[in-house]
Amino acid sequence: MAITVLKRIIKTGFLNFKRGGLVSWAAVMVVTITLSVITAIILLQAVLHFSLAQIENKVDVTIYFTVDAPEDKILLLKSSLEKLPEVAQVSYTSANEALALFRERHQNDYPTIQALDEIDDNPLGAYLNVKAKEVSQYESIANFMKSDNTLVLGSASIIDKVNYHQNKLVIDRLNTIISGAQQLGFLITLLLVIISIIVTFNTIRLTIFISKEEIGVMRLVGASKMHVRGPFMVEGVIYGVIATAVTMLLFWPATVWLGRNMTNFLGINMYSYYLSSFFQISAILLLSGIILGIISSFLAVRKYLNK
Amino acid sequence: MIYFNNVSKIYKDATALEDVTFTVETGEFVSVVGHSGAGKTTLVKMILADENPTGGTVFFESIDVHKLKNHDLTKLRRRIGVVFQDYKLLSNKTAYENIAFAMEAVGKTDEEIKNDVPHVLELVDLSHRVSHFPNQMSGGEQQRLAIARAIINQPELIIADEPTGNLDPVNTHEVVQIFKKINDLGTTVILTTHNRGVIESVGKRIITMENGKIIRDTKHNK
Repeated sequence: MAITVLKRIIKTGFLNFKRGGLVSWAAVMVVTITLSVITAIILLQAVLHFSLAQIENKVDVTIYFTVDAPEDKILLLKSSLEKLPEVAQVSYTSANEALALFRERHQNDYPTIQALDEIDDNPLGAYLNVKAKEVSQYESIANFMKSDNTLVLGSASIIDKVNYHQNKLVIDRLNTIISGAQQLGFLITLLLVIISIIVTFNTIRLTIFISKEEIGVMRLVGASKMHVRGPFMVEGVIYGVIATAVTMLLFWPATVWLGRNMTNFLGINMYSYYLSSFFQISAILLLSGIILGIISSFLAVRKYLNK
Repeated sequence: MIYFNNVSKIYKDATALEDVTFTVETGEFVSVVGHSGAGKTTLVKMILADENPTGGTVFFESIDVHKLKNHDLTKLRRRIGVVFQDYKLLSNKTAYENIAFAMEAVGKTDEEIKNDVPHVLELVDLSHRVSHFPNQMSGGEQQRLAIARAIINQPELIIADEPTGNLDPVNTHEVVQIFKKINDLGTTVILTTHNRGVIESVGKRIITMENGKIIRDTKHNK
């Protein structure tokens, strides 16, 4: 019996959608707009995250060692740094490599090279380049270096300088910008999603308002609440499914264009991102569309159902 | 079968019913007469619990209809077939589907629906309109469809609120004949009208209302 009821409800839902004509398609269009907003936000977030990650990647802290610092002690420090949970990567540049790099960088700067040639010794020390997992963690790494900790006894004496303090201002500012951008992005997302949900809800309510009288008649004929409400909810699901398909189809050419023309500007190829996340995005849209359709219908019918 | 006990209904500034008391027995055909605004429709809505009384009680057999929960009210309404002046058909459903919907509502099987719908459409002479929508049918046809929907589940009571109000004399006569036939088969019928001709052609018990009160009941006068 339950299966018969479900079958009838689904069938009626489809029939009502078909007979609804323009009104049904208007509802689909509004849901499509909502889902498009959500998709645009997903893509924008991808751009934002990608750019932020790139900027974060450019930040690092370099530890310069004194010229006479023994290599084994530096390597010991390197391995103890690598054990810190905040550290993503540590790269070691020896004194000789540092010299070679310096010469390469100044190969056209004749006086500097000449001056360098006149000193027999290598005036440059080795250095460690430390990358943290997150920008906010550089401070604790710098503090770790400052403290003459027991892990690496006497390491403070071989450290010439840590450039964190020169970079501190930039790093701090970047930190603020990144967290600000994330918060702002979240707020805008929330606002846009709420607005679209309200618009969709009201549109679906209007389509059901047309059937207000009919709902009353159905109740008088003795139909149960579910019997009245079910087909409307099925229609809500249909709106969601069609709108998802339309949205995914609309964003296809849009991302192709973005991928072709805006990859350099955005720093990320939208088309390949869209393709690689196609299933995740469709799943998010389908779920949002269906839930939006069902809940809107449910609430809208409820208003006319009570007796 | 139906007992009105001192029922009153007062809207904000108008009294629709005032101390209405009467009884309808099973199998009776009762015509309720009165001018527009006499309280006929309110009376009918009371039985269906579509309106709550300001005072008094309405019983359907032993059930106080205004004390029913939503679920039980649905069950009660399935025992009553209703016909309205404005037909109240489902406009986005065909003649067939309108009747099928009423059967689905009470949980009939697909098999029963397939068997009974053509049968009842034939009874009200609408076999040729099976897949027409209400707006493709004449007033008389729509009202006959509404009657078919009201009787399809073999209700114990048929309530017809001004069923001939929008019909010409020929259609009125047809509709009244259908109700008489239904009553002859044992179903209780309550019919409201302001049309003297209708009452005369029914020729059964008449309750006359004026300003929300019952001023005459032929059952007691005879």
